[in-house]
Amino acid sequence: MSLRCTLATARRVLAQLRHDHRTLALLLVVPCVLISLLAWIYDGTGTFDQIGAPLLGIFPFVVMFLVTSVATLRERTSGTLERLLTMPIGKLDFLMGYALAFGLLAVVQAVVASALSLLVLGLDVVGPAWLIVVVALLDALLGMALGLLVSAFASTEFQAVQFLPAVVLPQFLLCGLLVPRDRMNDVLQAVSDVLPLSYAVDAMRIVSSSPTVQGEVWRDLAIVGGAIVLALALGAATLRRRTP
Amino acid sequence: MVNNSPGPAAVAAQDLRVHRGGRAVLDGLSFEVPRGLVMGLLGPSGCGKTTLMRAIVGVQVVSGGRVEVLGLPAGSAPLRSRVGYVTQAPSVYGDLTVTENLRYFAAILGAADADVRRVVDQVGLSSQADSVAGALSGGERARVSLAGALLGTPELLVLDEPTVGLDPVLRRDLWQLFGRLASQGVTLLISSHVMDEAERCQRLLLMRDGRALADDTPQALLERTQTHDVESAFLALVDERARTTTEEVPS
Ligand SMILES: Nc1ncnc2c1ncn2[C@@H]1O[C@H](COP(=O)(O)OP(=O)(O)OP(=O)(O)O)[C@@H](O)[C@H]1O
Ligand SMILES: [Mg+2]
Repeated sequence: MSLRCTLATARRVLAQLRHDHRTLALLLVVPCVLISLLAWIYDGTGTFDQIGAPLLGIFPFVVMFLVTSVATLRERTSGTLERLLTMPIGKLDFLMGYALAFGLLAVVQAVVASALSLLVLGLDVVGPAWLIVVVALLDALLGMALGLLVSAFASTEFQAVQFLPAVVLPQFLLCGLLVPRDRMNDVLQAVSDVLPLSYAVDAMRIVSSSPTVQGEVWRDLAIVGGAIVLALALGAATLRRRTP
Repeated sequence: MVNNSPGPAAVAAQDLRVHRGGRAVLDGLSFEVPRGLVMGLLGPSGCGKTTLMRAIVGVQVVSGGRVEVLGLPAGSAPLRSRVGYVTQAPSVYGDLTVTENLRYFAAILGAADADVRRVVDQVGLSSQADSVAGALSGGERARVSLAGALLGTPELLVLDEPTVGLDPVLRRDLWQLFGRLASQGVTLLISSHVMDEAERCQRLLLMRDGRALADDTPQALLERTQTHDVESAFLALVDERARTTTEEVPS
């Protein structure tokens, strides 16, 4: 591990984003537009209070998954990854650099979307607001780690984008947002139990509905954290210095 | 420094074999690159030049034989700051400026920020230093990529067709730069399929179909084949090889 390489990589990724105004705007504006739309759709029904907080966690997950899988694929196809791997940078430095840059972006995204939801759209959250941001950050890192992992299995940007419905949608359907997990049949519940997004949504739900921070939240977050580490480790294993 | 400085060769390959796509792309290649000179790697398209360079910088899966670089196994960690590699297709971030690209590579190499200005000057891109790389011409982008390999103090530069698509003036300037670097003790392995660039190299490795046709100085090559330019020498060697192989095969 080299802090210098990690920081340099994070700085470089942020510089790339800074040049790409449209992506930056989309990253910050789209979640806000979507969550406003939801608040409007469920206006006066109380449903928004139930799904608003979990969605604040799902948006960064989906967005970071997409951004990371395309960004790493671009590194692979443009030859910059091959170049970096001939240079004195560790694979972990490279991954951590991305995690740092996208994590920072995720915090901004989560703060903006949460502020809008809580202050303007009237989302009722009982727990502490900072915990919403923490959960959203972990969700973003989870999306990032999975995006990184799947980009190894995509050789074109078309394929990378196809992984979104393949990897993200099942987790979305089974995470307990549409149907509570305890009301699913045993098979679906078992599948839901091994999908990391389920725990992220669980955590969001607990934070939004109970005034004190409970042990369950930390357990959920620990599981999400474990999934991030696992996905990053697998992702690092797919970054091969030598290729055929 | 002088040529042929003591110590292990810059590159030493023994019976190197590489398979790609189920085919032998390098088929038992043995050669040495002495230190402190410009070695040209020449051969037709698809003969395995890029594959060989990838093996030397340690990003190619090798199926047999050995490659040592500066006395260490190719690709080993201590070599990563001592060997500069320029890929055939420019590998730079198209959405960053020239300076941002090079600052990043400099940070990875642990080179000083001031080094960025030096290499930008060396490749003649001072006036484009703040342009976004994606908006540069192909030749300019290739020079950004080259500049990245000049950062720090590389002892071996592996350059995959660094002068393709450049105008004669730039090509002359770059070859002068390569010569200067070699006289300072840097070893350069430069691939090309433009045979007229061969005359600027102190040694040549001619390749065909994953094998070495010749490994010699340009003068010796011309004398041996009794030709006047490297292209004719290459063709003479191909014919000679064809004759010897037919003689070997009993009819
Ligand atoms: N990624 C790959 N997968 C499978 N085979 C490959 C791959 N890259 C190259 N090859 C094969 O390896 C052989 C040598 O390729 P290489 O790129 O080393 O040639 P080259 O001498 O650099 O050619 P050029 O002068 O056109 O750059 C080619 O026949 C090519 O078909
Ligand atoms: Mg090539």
